[in-house]
Amino acid sequence: MKLIKLISALLFLTCLSNGYSSADVIVSEKGITGGKDTTTYVSPFREKNERCFKCHGQNRYQYTNENLGREVKALMFQERIIDRNKFYQANHKSFSCTDCHSEDYTKFPHPGELRMEMSYNCLDCHGGDEKFAKFKFEKIESDYKKSVHFKLEDEGYTCWSCHNPHEYKISIRDSKNLKETILYDNNICLNCHSNYDHFQLLSDKEEVSILKQHDWLPNQATHFKSVRCIECHSVVNDSVLVSHQIMPKEKAVRKCNECHSKNSLLMSSLYKFESRAQRRDGFFNGIMLNQSYVIGANRNGYLNSLSIIIFSIILIVIGTHIFFRMRK
Amino acid sequence: MKYKIYLYPKWIRGWHTFNALLFIILIVTGISMQYTGRKDYLLVVGFARAVKWHNIAAILLTFSYILFVTGNILTKNGRYYRIEKQNFLSDLWKQMKYYAVGIFKKEKHPFPVTEKRKFNPLQKFTYVLAMFVAMPLLIISGIGLLLPEITINKFFGVSGLILTDLLHITMGFFLSLFMIIHIYTCTLGSSPISLFKSMITGYHEADEDH
Repeated sequence: MKLIKLISALLFLTCLSNGYSSADVIVSEKGITGGKDTTTYVSPFREKNERCFKCHGQNRYQYTNENLGREVKALMFQERIIDRNKFYQANHKSFSCTDCHSEDYTKFPHPGELRMEMSYNCLDCHGGDEKFAKFKFEKIESDYKKSVHFKLEDEGYTCWSCHNPHEYKISIRDSKNLKETILYDNNICLNCHSNYDHFQLLSDKEEVSILKQHDWLPNQATHFKSVRCIECHSVVNDSVLVSHQIMPKEKAVRKCNECHSKNSLLMSSLYKFESRAQRRDGFFNGIMLNQSYVIGANRNGYLNSLSIIIFSIILIVIGTHIFFRMRK
Repeated sequence: MKYKIYLYPKWIRGWHTFNALLFIILIVTGISMQYTGRKDYLLVVGFARAVKWHNIAAILLTFSYILFVTGNILTKNGRYYRIEKQNFLSDLWKQMKYYAVGIFKKEKHPFPVTEKRKFNPLQKFTYVLAMFVAMPLLIISGIGLLLPEITINKFFGVSGLILTDLLHITMGFFLSLFMIIHIYTCTLGSSPISLFKSMITGYHEADEDH
């Protein structure tokens, strides 16, 4: 008994040291409710950044063009507009614009050669840094390199294609509402896969309808609301929280019982963080009492045994009855 | 001496056969779903097929149940299910004692089948429990699982879907047990196959003391 307790304690400690703790992972954003001017976070670079947002924060901008000697008013290109609120709620909210962009952008009009500016990718900052070691960015990169998306790098595919640098925020780790996380994460995929304008920037393939492609899936709408695309379309990797190895469509999960079973695939993907957190709190099955639910995964061991016992008793009673009837 | 009573009209025999077939499909597919694993080899039918056939059979069963209830309201058959309070427990006890002891001593049947009494007290009680308690709960919880969006999300802090699911599998389990016991007790007629024959011909055939 003592040995069991000791082993459980060791397992518990291992879990703590390897697991993602919500406290050390995410900066709390209490007070943020989304929408306009609700951000309570105050960036140390707020004023400095505002010089950029003055034009890039809205549809229309104006400035005095010294070459022309007059006030210029123009519409901002859609992809050059950065939403302040989204930026100050995003992962990189504490950044100054010029942390990533050239200081030369402070000049007006912006020098033309800045158009060729190289953008950083995740590993440029996060790679090889002990502070970020627990997020395993290197593993994420190696998974990504095996992903179907990696083939599109020559076409211009980068980390930013999915993780918009100005808006992206981690959602699964501190998720209070799993459905919102699912919606947020799925929208990342749908941004290209259901928006042909974006899709054709990276691929010459013809437009496909996501709904038609998933025609075979029973309860399609419920599935789309309850699981992320990556649940079926990526290779589960136990050491990273969110799998980055997207598989070719032929290899996607199509068997219901991969998820709809006691040993559900979702336990190591969608429910991974939550189930780890629940285990730490001592509620191994606590996850099942949450909003996360998958039919077939809730089998109760005690009920199963009880049903087999009751069933056996009935058979024994019937058998005995037959025996005494035969003897008459 | 033998006697014959016409107890099972065509609609009941038809409904009963249909219901029995659906029950077999539902039990096989239900077990396949409940005990599915990451590997298929232990399953009677694959998960995807099981879900499909379970749904189809369940919808048909719902209609068949509506037919059963309507039939019992419209015809006189409903009166056989009326439980009388008088001597309820002592009658149940008498019948249980007969099955446990009397039957082996070739005692007379305490409640022989007549035109007014199709079911013995124990039979009536279990039929009422099965058809008017377990079946509605099974069907309602089944609809809740078929259309999960209409199920209450939280019930006293516990997921409504889990409660619905537990209710569904518990009722399914009890009704499966009922079916096994039902089939066995049907061999307790004047001959082991006489009651099965009745369900084909419609006539209950028994010795005078049965």
